Amino acid sequence: MVVAVVLMFLKSIVVCSLLLAAFAYLTYLERKVLARFQFRPGPNRVGPMGLLQPLADGLKMALKEEIIPRQADRLLYLLAPAISLGCALLAFAVIPFGQPLHVFGQTVPMQIFSPNVGVLYVLAITSVGVYGVTFGGWASQSKYAVLGGLRATAQMISYELAMGLAIVGVLIMAGSANLNQIITAQHALWFFVPQIVGFCVYFISGVAETNRAPFDLVEAESELVAGYFTEYTGMKWAMYMMAEYVNMVTFSSLAATMFLGGWSGLGFLPWVPGIVWYLFKLGGFIFLFMWIRATLPRLRYDYLMSFGWKVLLPVALVNTLGTAVIVSHVL
Amino acid sequence: MPTPIEDVRALITGMSTTMRFFFRKSETVEYPEVKRAIPIGARGRHQLRRHEDGLERCIGCELCAAACPAVAIRVVAAENDPENPVSPGERYAQTYEIDLLRCIFCGYCEDACPTNAIVLSQNLEMSDYSREALYVDKRDLLVPMPEAARAAGEATGA
Repeated sequence: MVVAVVLMFLKSIVVCSLLLAAFAYLTYLERKVLARFQFRPGPNRVGPMGLLQPLADGLKMALKEEIIPRQADRLLYLLAPAISLGCALLAFAVIPFGQPLHVFGQTVPMQIFSPNVGVLYVLAITSVGVYGVTFGGWASQSKYAVLGGLRATAQMISYELAMGLAIVGVLIMAGSANLNQIITAQHALWFFVPQIVGFCVYFISGVAETNRAPFDLVEAESELVAGYFTEYTGMKWAMYMMAEYVNMVTFSSLAATMFLGGWSGLGFLPWVPGIVWYLFKLGGFIFLFMWIRATLPRLRYDYLMSFGWKVLLPVALVNTLGTAVIVSHVL
Repeated sequence: MPTPIEDVRALITGMSTTMRFFFRKSETVEYPEVKRAIPIGARGRHQLRRHEDGLERCIGCELCAAACPAVAIRVVAAENDPENPVSPGERYAQTYEIDLLRCIFCGYCEDACPTNAIVLSQNLEMSDYSREALYVDKRDLLVPMPEAARAAGEATGA
């Protein structure tokens, strides 16, 4: 019992550190990948091939002046980025990133904990993460921040509905909300194939949830100054950025787990450890996020909302209905 | 209104376009390791030229200062010492200063000069760290003594 708790603790520390380090290099990767899509080299001055750029950026963030506006609601202002980042990191706790390791006679699952309501847990935590955005916009007490914060909150809540319904299709097919069982239920065929509609809805909702282009109206520089993080500087702004990138990683991981089989390789190349498959799929999704950002123009806010409610939600509903009918009567 | 199929096709076209660019070599010129060719008529940093025998071309007529629209040139003329003439003629420029921060690099001084003394070279790299460093005087503007004249000067012991 004690061993299990200690292991969980150690795994949490390792995963959190890896995620935060990954954030730093994700910013580098994003800049390089976007640059290559835009026909330019990207950062290549700081260190060989610009690899030390995230260190320079991190140092800059840490040393920047911490400005707290006089009219800001102090407690909420300081709490908001912490809520965003905390929930982003917490959501990662249930994601299985490899086959269980067998060391020292113990079987160590490559997952921090595995509740039977795994999927529900992630949805709940990401919903609480929306409060980080709401409080940030509200507590800044400035016009741009309030407007941006409310818009972002409305956007995130709307797309959560479509996302949840897309996931229900997977739950019906897998018969469980436990992420490990979802992976084992895909041993014959990844859910990507029968649930292709659900996959598209889930991915588009994921892009909207993380406020990435083309749904990034609330934080793009040309809109509303910077939306809900207008008044944030230095480390607190860096925490919002971290929350956004960690959310991106979490959504990619969930998409890989629920639709692409997580760490399973479907029996091809059995000597490749599960975690390599998982990282490969994760990398593919993150690349897809960046590719979409480089390609598509931004959606205006009313189009964004009407797309979420009038297109994605009905499509997800039909998908769920169809899946339920087929699974219960045909299979 | 475009149909959903047309929308999906538009999406695929867009994504494939960006993907094609992903694999192309970037066109960026990596300055300062690589420098682009500067056109011949480019107006860069000023230079005060000399004759072949080493005498300065500038006769201190101050036409360049008068022509300058930005009032960037300051010339103080002085009488040439007959024993050691600095320029062929009666006057030479005792003080010749150009404020590179006021200068608009129009080239009017070059057009106005009767002896073709002040010219704008092709050197466009003029950055520095202080305002004072960019207020240049004759010492920085004058071109070096040509080889033949320097050798002749040493031979005669001047």
